[in-house]
Amino acid sequence: MGCVNVAVWERGNLAKPSMDIDPNPLQSDFQAHNYSSREAAPSHKSSSGGGGCGCY
Amino acid sequence: MNFRKILFIAVFIAHGLFISPVRADHLGLVSNSCPLTMLNGESAQKLGELKGKVIYIDFWASWCPPCVKSFPFMNQLNNELKDQGLHVIGVNLDEKVSDAEKFLERYPAQFSVVADPSKQCAKELQVMAMPTSVIIDKNGKIRHIHKGFRPDESEKLRSLVTELLQEAPENN
Repeated sequence: MGCVNVAVWERGNLAKPSMDIDPNPLQSDFQAHNYSSREAAPSHKSSSGGGGCGCY
Repeated sequence: MNFRKILFIAVFIAHGLFISPVRADHLGLVSNSCPLTMLNGESAQKLGELKGKVIYIDFWASWCPPCVKSFPFMNQLNNELKDQGLHVIGVNLDEKVSDAEKFLERYPAQFSVVADPSKQCAKELQVMAMPTSVIIDKNGKIRHIHKGFRPDESEKLRSLVTELLQEAPENN
């Protein structure tokens, strides 16, 4: 499938908030923060060095 | 190049620039290719019947944030200038009529609202943005196509409409 032109009147569904790449950015950020501080490997999302200590 | 050739070219250019646009009947063409209906599906008044008026056609959809901002402007424009010969028409392009009805409950329109279920009118006028406003003068000629809507553009649009209302229609 290649690229197609979507007519302006066909963009109603694309304009819905649920179609955003990240519909809930605040929630996503919280989740990323919690997850990265608890996992063993260091993550780019966290300032902690990993190790799963739960450090912030 | 001799004088006759220059004269011929000058007349040709003058015809293209000044004579043809005045006689252009865009309204007739648009009217024939716009099977507009009311939101309930009944057929709406044909655009061609509005010849002699300045027509402000606005293509809108319920999901379009700038359309929310354009509605109060169009209500005001219609209320202030309809007695001077302005006719404002909102052409809905929603895929579901119920979306348009919900929008109108929230943002009531004081102007004519019709639908373009086949999207034929939008295709004919090459609508590329939402909303798009098409302003047609008293002679049926498209004088301005405006893409999008920002509140700071309202004065420019209002002065254009006022200018067109002051123009005398050509006798065809």
